[in-house]
Amino acid sequence: MTDQTSDLKIGGDPEPTVAVTLPRHVLVIEDEPNIIEAISFILSRDGWVVATHSNGETAVEAVLKLRPDALILDVMLPGRSGYDILQDLRANETTKDLPVLMLTARGQKNDRELAERLGVNKFMTKPFSNAEVLETMRALIEA
Amino acid sequence: MALPFNILVLVCLAYVVFLFLVAFGADKRASQGGSNWLGLPLIYTLSLSVYCTAWTFYGAVGYAARSGLEYVTIYLGPTLVMIGWWWILRKLVRIGRAQRVTSIADLISSRYGKSNGLGVLVTLLAVVGTTPYIALQLQSVTLSFAVFAAAAPGGFEGADLSATALWVAVGLALFTILFGTRNLDANERHHGVVTAIAVEAVVKLVALMAVGIFVVWGVAGGTTEIASMIADSPISNWNINPGRWAGLTFLSAAAFLTLPRMFQVLVVENVDERQLATASWAFPTYLMLMSLFVVPIAVAGLNVLPPDANPDLFVLTLPLHYNQQGLAMLSFLGGFSSATSMVIVASIALSTMVSNHIVMPIWLSARSDEGATVSGDVRHLVLTSRRLSIGAVLLLGYLYYHFSGGGAELAAIGLISFAGVAQVLPALLGGIVWRGAARNGAAVGLIAGFAVWAYTLFLPSFGEAGIMSAQMLTNGPWGLEWLRPRALFGLAGLDPVVHAVFWSMLINTGAFIVVSLLSFPSPLERLQGAQFVNVFEHSASTKGWAHGGAEAEDLLIMAQRIMGADEAQTLFQAQASDQGKEGYLPDTTPDFIARLERELAGSVGAATAHAMVGQIVGGASVSVEDLMAVADETQQMLEHSSQLEAQQKELTTTARRLSEVNEKLTQLSIQKDAFLSQISHELRTPMTSIRAFSEILRESDLDHAAQEKYAMIIHGEAVRLTRLLDDLLDLSVLENGQVQLYPQHEPLSHVLDRAVAATSSLSAGGIAIRRNPEAEEIGLYTDTDRLAQVFINLIANAAKYCEAQAPCLEIKVSQKLGELRIDFVDNGGGIPPESQAVIFEKFSRLSDQAAAGGAGLGLAICREIMDKLGGTVTYLPGQSGAAFRVTLPVAM
Repeated sequence: MTDQTSDLKIGGDPEPTVAVTLPRHVLVIEDEPNIIEAISFILSRDGWVVATHSNGETAVEAVLKLRPDALILDVMLPGRSGYDILQDLRANETTKDLPVLMLTARGQKNDRELAERLGVNKFMTKPFSNAEVLETMRALIEA
Repeated sequence: MALPFNILVLVCLAYVVFLFLVAFGADKRASQGGSNWLGLPLIYTLSLSVYCTAWTFYGAVGYAARSGLEYVTIYLGPTLVMIGWWWILRKLVRIGRAQRVTSIADLISSRYGKSNGLGVLVTLLAVVGTTPYIALQLQSVTLSFAVFAAAAPGGFEGADLSATALWVAVGLALFTILFGTRNLDANERHHGVVTAIAVEAVVKLVALMAVGIFVVWGVAGGTTEIASMIADSPISNWNINPGRWAGLTFLSAAAFLTLPRMFQVLVVENVDERQLATASWAFPTYLMLMSLFVVPIAVAGLNVLPPDANPDLFVLTLPLHYNQQGLAMLSFLGGFSSATSMVIVASIALSTMVSNHIVMPIWLSARSDEGATVSGDVRHLVLTSRRLSIGAVLLLGYLYYHFSGGGAELAAIGLISFAGVAQVLPALLGGIVWRGAARNGAAVGLIAGFAVWAYTLFLPSFGEAGIMSAQMLTNGPWGLEWLRPRALFGLAGLDPVVHAVFWSMLINTGAFIVVSLLSFPSPLERLQGAQFVNVFEHSASTKGWAHGGAEAEDLLIMAQRIMGADEAQTLFQAQASDQGKEGYLPDTTPDFIARLERELAGSVGAATAHAMVGQIVGGASVSVEDLMAVADETQQMLEHSSQLEAQQKELTTTARRLSEVNEKLTQLSIQKDAFLSQISHELRTPMTSIRAFSEILRESDLDHAAQEKYAMIIHGEAVRLTRLLDDLLDLSVLENGQVQLYPQHEPLSHVLDRAVAATSSLSAGGIAIRRNPEAEEIGLYTDTDRLAQVFINLIANAAKYCEAQAPCLEIKVSQKLGELRIDFVDNGGGIPPESQAVIFEKFSRLSDQAAAGGAGLGLAICREIMDKLGGTVTYLPGQSGAAFRVTLPVAM
């Protein structure tokens, strides 16, 4: 826990060399096991420390507890939707700037608009390209 | 000594031709606008003399010879009415003009809510009351012919008196038809007839006075001599019976107001109210002159002529006795005039009533299913019906004369008629002075009074050999003394006429008042009642044509109502400036009125416009024909308006349906969007895994186990995708009703076997299934492949979602209430009540379906299939675990 806290502080440091060398923590909130497995695989291979959570209702709690550097958030989740979770996170002082990539299988225009209004950093439609997810995650963490 | 019969006939014919010319000339002058001459109050006054019929001309002398001065009562009644009840007459005339009344029946009908029933009643009463009177006139003419016949030296063929009466009746009918129904344009007035009647009035007055003068100065030798003759005669000795005098005076007064012919000349033929002022003194004077020589003639006749001479004919027989051929001829013409004028006016009045209240309503109701009629058609019909009515009225009179044998005393018949017609009086007077007078009251009063009259006077008048037996007259019907016709309710000792008048008027008036007080008049009745009673407040002006500014104002007010204020004012201003009266109202010239009528006709139709303008201008009365044309137009407008209303209704309905359909479509569109969104999600999710792992497989150097694993995932997701597409297509076909069913015979157990076998391969070793083979031995005839599909879905769901330690599904089969029930009950947690309602909807997976791998379409498909098979699939609450029930009709 203390490590993670220090990591975060370091992660916020503008020094690039430090950022590349230290592991980034990402929390994946998703309910499809196969998709969790795919995302975990590609992010781990890229040097991320991956945690997963598949219940919408307890998702915010998990974020506050794990304090990840970035979040990958599904929209259609059992219990609670990704939009509601995002709204809560943006309302919380500690998570209001947390980089969030939203993934959804419902790729309609109004879905994207809603997500952006709620303060998402990046919105991507499933199915996605693995490379694109990785690039996006890197960009989010460096910004 | 006497005139040859041929000459008599020739004189009569010549006289009729003379009258014909007078009537023709008057009509012609009237149509050329010479109304000033016709409006002479003198003509009006003289036309009132139709009151003095042959009964008065011949009969008054007979009356005096028999009953002394009592004959005066016959003149006293009208005199009192003319002088004392002048205001009642004026009110009647005003109402007649304001309401365009065409007859007394019309007035009663109109007053009591335009009730045609009352119109018919009064018409019948008038016909019954007048027919004997017409017969009386025919009889008098015939008798006067007979006098000449008897006086003729060699005698001539005067035996066939009935034939004479017939010819007289035919001649009168022709004359009446010619002049009574010639004038058809919106006018019930008959200028020609009225003028001819006035001429006849002069003839009869001159004739009677000439005979009188001859008797006083020629026979008696001066006023002193005749006075002493009178003093010596029994006439002066007879006592006056006060009850009978009062009764008879009342009767003649009532008859003066209610006799159809009197109403015709008093009210209908009245051109100007001011004529009444003159008539109120001139007519009593005329009556006085008519009665002046009655007693001298009677006394002289009694003294000079043989005792068996008929006193009713003294006026004729006295001159003949003194061989005064010219005077006798004049006297004959006087009597002839009296008879013909009465018959002509009476038959016009009656034919108007019969035609308007009986023939037209029957014809209209008979024609009602043929729709609206052209007004020309109606006018032709009115004409025909009037002519036929005149013929019928005269025929009735003739038949009465023919069958009654002409034996009764003239005066007696006259009084009976008077008493019958007088029954209209309560309804008439009540109607114009009492707003509370009601239709039911009038009807009950009329019927009761008429019945009492018939019972106490009319029927007994046929004598003891007639309709009533002597037994009945003396002892009453069924021996009930208090019902004796001539002593009703024990009131014996009265003169029969007074007795009948007393009871009939008492009962009539009583019933009229009591029933009126008890009934609630209809709105139309109230309106008419108010208009009749307050006629002087409503119609300020009864001026003739083209007078002054008040009329132009009225016309403007009316025109504004119909054309709208701006248009009407523009029209009036334009007309005013044409007349050089800029800034004032235009003069109501005939041209302007015609123009206005044309303008209005554009808005409301010609007949309505004519009627409305006529109401204000007052020159022309509104006739029945007009009113019917108005009714036709109104009817057409109503039909048109109801058509519009129907169209409007239809439009509203269509609009509502459209909006409903629109709402449904919107709803469907929303559902479709949601559905597409769902499908998108369901398709993209497996695609995501497939794409992600295929990229991983391509890029990485994975170990064999990992490759195997990821390839398996890709395969599994591809299968899931395929199944989803299959389900979607299946559901689409089922929902669109395009599904083809293939029914076949197969036992239920067999179908269940297939389903269990199919699911065991899907979820290997998942769930234990308990069945009851005996209950399943039921033969089915249905699409068992589809049924198996439902079973597979239900079993697979249980296998997927049952979280029990040892999952178990029990399949129970039963038959109840004509249906076959197959229940699938597992031992899991079941479905929460709030979700039970939605599980059959598409994509309504409850939780964690990724593990189960379903697309959420299974139960939706099941429901569609069962619907097609004629059965149901429902969730069965209250069981240990999740429970579904499939039902099928037993007789499959």
